[in-house]
Amino acid sequence: MVNLTEIESTQYLSFKLDTEVFAIEISKVREVLEFVSLTKVPQTPPYMRGVINIRGSVVPVVDLKYKFGMDATEKTINTCIIIVEVKVNGASTVIGALTDSVSEVFEMEPKNIEPAPQIGSQMNVAFIKGMGKRNNEFVIILDIDKVFSDTEAAELSDIAQAENNFLGMEN
Amino acid sequence: MDETEEFTEEFKNAFRQEALEHLTGLENALMELEERPDAAELIDLAFRSMHTLKGSGAMFGFDVLSSFTHDIETAFDLVRNGKMKITQELLDLTFSAKDEILCMLKVDYDQIPANQKKKDELTKSFKDLIAHVGEGGNGAAKEVQKQEPDEKKVIEETESKRYTYRIRYKPSANCFLHGANPLLNIDELAGFGRSSIVAYTDDIPFLDEYDPEVCYAYWDIILTTEKEIDTIRDVFAFEDESSVVRIEVIDVSGELEEGDHYKRLGEILLDKGDLTQDDLDPILGLHIKLGELLVEKGVVNADTVEAALLEQEHIRNERKSRPEAADEMATIRVPADRLDVLVNLVGELVTVQAHLTQMAVRRIDYELLNVAEEVERLTCELRDNTMNIRMLPIGTTFNKFKRLVRDLSKELKKEIDLVTEGAQTELDKTVIEKLNDPLVHIIRNSIDHGVETPEQRKNAGKPPKGTITLSAIHSGSHVLIRIKDDGKGLDTEAIKHKAIERGLISPSAELSDNEIFSFIFAPGFSTAKEVTSVSGRGVGMDVVKRGIESLRGSIGIESVKGAGTTITVKLPLTLAIIDGLLVKAGAGSYVLPLTSVLECIAIGKDDIDKNHGRALTIVRGQIIPYISLREHFFINGGTPANQQIIICEVSGRRVGVLVDQVIGEHQTVIKNLGGIYKNVEILSGATILGDGSVALILDVNRLITLVEGIERDAVKRLNATAEMSACE
Repeated sequence: MVNLTEIESTQYLSFKLDTEVFAIEISKVREVLEFVSLTKVPQTPPYMRGVINIRGSVVPVVDLKYKFGMDATEKTINTCIIIVEVKVNGASTVIGALTDSVSEVFEMEPKNIEPAPQIGSQMNVAFIKGMGKRNNEFVIILDIDKVFSDTEAAELSDIAQAENNFLGMEN
Repeated sequence: MDETEEFTEEFKNAFRQEALEHLTGLENALMELEERPDAAELIDLAFRSMHTLKGSGAMFGFDVLSSFTHDIETAFDLVRNGKMKITQELLDLTFSAKDEILCMLKVDYDQIPANQKKKDELTKSFKDLIAHVGEGGNGAAKEVQKQEPDEKKVIEETESKRYTYRIRYKPSANCFLHGANPLLNIDELAGFGRSSIVAYTDDIPFLDEYDPEVCYAYWDIILTTEKEIDTIRDVFAFEDESSVVRIEVIDVSGELEEGDHYKRLGEILLDKGDLTQDDLDPILGLHIKLGELLVEKGVVNADTVEAALLEQEHIRNERKSRPEAADEMATIRVPADRLDVLVNLVGELVTVQAHLTQMAVRRIDYELLNVAEEVERLTCELRDNTMNIRMLPIGTTFNKFKRLVRDLSKELKKEIDLVTEGAQTELDKTVIEKLNDPLVHIIRNSIDHGVETPEQRKNAGKPPKGTITLSAIHSGSHVLIRIKDDGKGLDTEAIKHKAIERGLISPSAELSDNEIFSFIFAPGFSTAKEVTSVSGRGVGMDVVKRGIESLRGSIGIESVKGAGTTITVKLPLTLAIIDGLLVKAGAGSYVLPLTSVLECIAIGKDDIDKNHGRALTIVRGQIIPYISLREHFFINGGTPANQQIIICEVSGRRVGVLVDQVIGEHQTVIKNLGGIYKNVEILSGATILGDGSVALILDVNRLITLVEGIERDAVKRLNATAEMSACE
């Protein structure tokens, strides 16, 4: 039993957002899909790209690049949706993460992973589990649960408010 | 050790389940005993449920419960043997005892000292009652003798015979000239019992020869009833001589039991004289379906055969139902969550089937199309059957309310009868569960505010006993639940006054009764002058409304001052699949619940522009505001020249929704959008279309509320800016 978790925790799926390489624990990943057309849900922030149908269930898709403050993901031949199972506020939820491309599954010993530096990473450190080095490149290992945990309620209501204001101004 | 504990816990839970059922049965029996205290079968039922509770309670370690029920059992045993009478005291005690037993089923009952005291008090009361019987033995014995003839009568009545008649009714051709209506006779017959009716239309001539004042049709009625043949004849007492009425007994329960032998089609036709043996014999040799053949050969016509077949069917059903009525219905207990899984699977199947059909149509592959159609038919049947499994008669909930009305009217010193109608009306399990609280609220309101005290009622010239009628009926894909009281009705003036006081309307506003009634659904609205333990705090009707709306239902009020109030709750039959209208706006597909859609009208781009940004349109002289999905969902570009406005009726108002295109009706399997989207109130879910894409289901009601809010804010802001610029 103990062995298994150890093995699981050392395997990661790496993907690219722009030129940067990110990785998430393989145990969180359910599947990787090609980019399919999304249904945009109104009254949601722009990084919530919409919902897709995965064998009969409706799954929300989040644009990771947009969420991390980069540009919105453009559709290319390499665009992928990584379907992850995360714990949001204690409940297990299936969410799709929109990425520019998926690279590979690799192993990395926990000892090779360093804690995230407090400065210089240009993104919310809370999302980062650690940083590893691989093929002379930095790999940012994400804490995917945390990335999605604030996708919840609070921000959404802010957005609804913002839309209201926007409409108000328009009028 | 752990395992055995788990095991016993499992048994205990099973016992709890069983006990709950017994207690509900007991409560209903007690309720009925109040009406007819002599009903032997009810006393028996009460005794048996106590006996079972005692027995199985002891078996599964509910010792307190077991010893407690012992005395109640004894009491009912005495009643059963005629040594004691059903009294109000006994019934009241048993009601309290029932509630106590319900508490005992909980895990920590023994730990609470108050429980112990209450239990002992009840036990003592029962013991007193029983001891009392021992003293007055003689008086009770007389009671027994009086009861005996009654019992016999009951038995005779239930064993009365059921006859099946075949009635050929051919009214005289000129019966209309006498002002007779044959259909009234048929309706009267149908009212006697179960009937199958066939109309013969073969005598009706072609249109050029047709005389509308002549009656051409005649009927065969197969009727199963307890009425004697004379009663049937009486129906036709006023027929004139040229009418043909032939009444024959074709089946009598208990007498004509011929096992599995049903009359064959040919025999029935011979019996009825529609066919002679000579006609029949050569045809019988051919061994094809007799009915088809007879029609083909022109010996008899299709209607006649249909009538005979119906008769066969009717008698078969009648015989089949007899043994079933005798013993309990065969049922299987299935955990509710397994049904939920089944419903989900069926939902997915419906989606896949839609996909398959779409594909077959696109490929113009006829073989595939055949298969797709077959799958569609099966899926539909499977869906309906699965939904049916989840259907429960609403009567279970109604029974709970009997107790509520009984207790509450006693507390408030009012006399109220609860009449229930349509208890067998079926509704989805989840709907029934969620319906309970809103209904409790409405009924409490009716008891507290609606029905007056006996004195007030006498002064108003009404019978002192008020009536609350709780009824449920099917209406299309909806169920209507009505809560009607004959109380004092809503005071429109008081409501209006309160609404003005609360600033909801201006004092000069002219409102229709309906608009005034709708205020009682406003949060915190109450016209009650004092707060009672029951109601008057103003939290209630708005909660009720929200509860009903969360079930995709609606609620309406009618009230006549002095004569009573009727509250109508309209609910969909099921929550899992709805009929929707599929529309498009930009690239997105949306589904509007068909129940709120009134009509669709086309509107040109010019018409929209003409209104200078005001979203209003005129439909048959009525101004209807509309909401543009494109505008509110930020869909840009590609606005088509002609758009559609879907006119919806929500809470009595008509509001349009502007979309690009109407695709058509869609069987919508509702999927939850999940926690991430729980703040998006204007959507009630999503559904998957035939091509695999996702369409969003709009909650029109919330959409309107949202847009209203936005516009109200906009006006406020506009005013504020105007003030600011004025200051500058």
